[in-house]
Amino acid sequence: MNSEGELSQEVTVAKGGSEEIASRRSSKNCSSGPPTKWFLFAGACLLALAVASPVLVIAMSPFLGGDGTWAHLRETVLGLYIRNSVLLAVGSGLGAGVIGLGTAWTVTMYQFPGRRILEWLLLLPLAMPTYLIAYAYTDFLDFSGPVQELFRSITGLEAGDYWFPEIRSLGGAIFLFSFVLYPYVYLLCRASFLEQSVCMLDASRTMGQSRRESFRRVAIPLARPALAAGIALVAMESLADYGAVDYFAVDTFTTGIYRTWFGLGSPVAAAQLSAGLLGVIVLVVILERLSRGKKRFFHTTNRRQCLPRWKLSMVKQVVAFFLCAVPVLIGFLIPVGILIEAASGAGFFPSLVDSLEWAWHSVVLATGASVLAVLFALLLSYNVRLTPNPVSRTASRIASLGYAIPGSVIAVGVLLILGWADRTGSALFSHSFFLSGTLAALFFAYITRFLTLSIGTMESGLTRISPSLDQAGRTLGSGPLSILRRIHFPMLRASTLAALLLVFVEVLKELPATLIIRPFNFDTLAVHIYQQASDERFAESAAPALMIILVGLAPVLILSRMMASSRPDRVDSAESGS
Amino acid sequence: MKLKTIFIPTLLLSALVLEAAEVNLYTARHYPGDDELYEAFEEQTGIEVNVVDGKGDALLERIKAEGENSPADVFMTVDAGRLWAAEQAGVFAPVESEVLIASIPAEFRDPENLWFGVTKRARAIFYAKDRVDPEELSTYQALTGPEWEDRILIRSSSNVYNQSLLGMMIAEQGSEEAQDWAAGMVENFARKPQSNDTGQIRAVAAGLGDVAIANHYYFARLMLSDDPEDQEVVEKVAIFFPNQGEGEGGTHVNISGAGLVKGAPHPEEAILFLEFLASPEAQAILAQGNAEFPVNPEAEVPEVLESFEFVEDKTPASEIGANNPESIRIFDRVGWR
Repeated sequence: MNSEGELSQEVTVAKGGSEEIASRRSSKNCSSGPPTKWFLFAGACLLALAVASPVLVIAMSPFLGGDGTWAHLRETVLGLYIRNSVLLAVGSGLGAGVIGLGTAWTVTMYQFPGRRILEWLLLLPLAMPTYLIAYAYTDFLDFSGPVQELFRSITGLEAGDYWFPEIRSLGGAIFLFSFVLYPYVYLLCRASFLEQSVCMLDASRTMGQSRRESFRRVAIPLARPALAAGIALVAMESLADYGAVDYFAVDTFTTGIYRTWFGLGSPVAAAQLSAGLLGVIVLVVILERLSRGKKRFFHTTNRRQCLPRWKLSMVKQVVAFFLCAVPVLIGFLIPVGILIEAASGAGFFPSLVDSLEWAWHSVVLATGASVLAVLFALLLSYNVRLTPNPVSRTASRIASLGYAIPGSVIAVGVLLILGWADRTGSALFSHSFFLSGTLAALFFAYITRFLTLSIGTMESGLTRISPSLDQAGRTLGSGPLSILRRIHFPMLRASTLAALLLVFVEVLKELPATLIIRPFNFDTLAVHIYQQASDERFAESAAPALMIILVGLAPVLILSRMMASSRPDRVDSAESGS
Repeated sequence: MKLKTIFIPTLLLSALVLEAAEVNLYTARHYPGDDELYEAFEEQTGIEVNVVDGKGDALLERIKAEGENSPADVFMTVDAGRLWAAEQAGVFAPVESEVLIASIPAEFRDPENLWFGVTKRARAIFYAKDRVDPEELSTYQALTGPEWEDRILIRSSSNVYNQSLLGMMIAEQGSEEAQDWAAGMVENFARKPQSNDTGQIRAVAAGLGDVAIANHYYFARLMLSDDPEDQEVVEKVAIFFPNQGEGEGGTHVNISGAGLVKGAPHPEEAILFLEFLASPEAQAILAQGNAEFPVNPEAEVPEVLESFEFVEDKTPASEIGANNPESIRIFDRVGWR
């Protein structure tokens, strides 16, 4: 069973996949029993519509007519929203791209002390919510924080007499997002290097290319789809962020939507802004597709090549170490240190019972949502494999719309739909019928927001399974479901686990939707952090903040173990010493 | 699957509307004393308080979307603007209660008894003792003078407290003058609006600017803190209540308030809860917990606030709230982010 490469590739195409391939393959073998296939097709289409409905409800509302607010926005702040959002997405995408690509290459190809630890440490910022890193660094770098205090006490200068980079700014946001979101790029690029480059790089070296040329002419082009997918993920994450940009006073589409909707009291104009944001997202997706180019890369061989890592001179080893240690420091260790310091300084620790309850709620939500997300993703992507027509593919894309939409917008979409469903339900059954404000409402919002992560993962896992296996199964008389269960599912284990973990971590960190639609007396870790921080009690929020990171670490560690073992046969001759 | 055994009962439980003695509260308050308050109510009446807290405007959207099925009995906000918005959305039902009318002065409740103020918060001026003579300070309006260039600190206009402050000015002086004031303030900003109210006060102490506008209780919190850093801030900064002169209106006061949600599943419990909120006992807990001023004149004022005496602006909260969208448009126009 070819499970080694699975994780690495599953992430390679985390956004969408090579439908073309799937279609070509399956069009040859549509001998499946029509009933199952069409059930699946209908189910997938309905599911996609349901998942996308909160986004669609919001996106439709511009057609309800305007109230003059749009003209006001266009004259005053719209330009600012567009400029900041685009700069934030592009800046964070590029920053994370450089960091992710550079560290992935260094860890994969070079031998230096500490490499093995850094390989998985580099994933840790995944467990750090963006709003937390924003709180922590503001506390640290603000004029009243320890860094500037120290600076003032050394130089004797007063505040305002010297220039200090302002952390609460667009630049600050781009800087922090780059350092906390780069693991997406790292994860994908590293997988791609491990998977694809080895033989090619071997060849390139045999042909006398220098290391730098190998990197530029072989590794980068091969990693391009992974790099593009990673950057697109980062760009969309930063577009959807509310907590950090709000705290940094950077006006983006997200903060604009919130302000227009609730402050100006204009849901219509807010929906128009959301539609604008959707436009930006579509642009990101198109750019990502374009940058992948027309090339398709396939594995031509399963031959595992033992490629010893390049040795480095002493100085370069130190450089490589720092290159990989700095992102971990900035994206994880320093903010955790700040939080620990703040928590102990406050002398405030919530009672263990309370914290365990919040953590339990967080874990229940994250687990439930990730299981659902994987099941739904399986349904959607398996449908694309069995019924490879444009409708199936569109269904998968539509179900992925929610990723870059701010959680608060999705939450309101969910509330509108469930409110309508509740009213209809009550009318039909003449009995109080209630979905709003239940856990079901929360799961609905999470699925809408994060399904794309699991779809991308499962889709690419499926497309890599050779159709000849399906054909063999059919020849032996198995139906599509039995093939799924007996052939595909065992081969998809790594993809499934990766999809589960990615969604788990995201839901754990999710704040705005949870805050709006959670049931009574149901606080999660993220909610509790928000309550303290929004009430200007940063120190009191530090203890639950540490806990959310702790809970998020477990899946991240599993993920990194999976990566590490994805090529168990790799021989690291030089490694025994380190 | 094992997960099923956990999830299905949880889903069912939260979906069922249980018939026990309880009251469902959607609240924008999340201050330390609030839990104590709910416990005191349960102890007194045996009615359990179920809570969802979050941003006021988002909770209001939730009530609206849930419609007549909403489980909410009481909706509580931290700002008059949101009370007004809820009233406009037809979310509140009137409450006939002698107790409430007797306990809460008329300016802090809705004329039609749709909502009731619970606590008051003053939006005051804070100044650096070593760089500003309190004699120089007078009104909010005077802060737009040229002598204050590059010296004023205040947070973003996305914050409801600023929206309500400008809403009050619109009510008193009209949109044009209010816009001139906002534009004048922007001219005098020491930095781009950012951070929160406590952040403005700390910035004054650190010398980033000389005066700040913030809610009084954030300063009271610093006064009560044991942290030497906070004490240092209190040493360097003092509070000033503006617009105290004849004909100047008074210091802007915002309210935290609550109302009965229309179609509430537990209306009787909800009214009991509202009456409890207005009682001297609950008022003391509320005020103590967050160093706010109680609305009930009979309730005990927290010790830390005893030195804070000032004339309050009497513009009704409902008018301030009605000006909220106009406030934001003005902020957008003058570039107060």
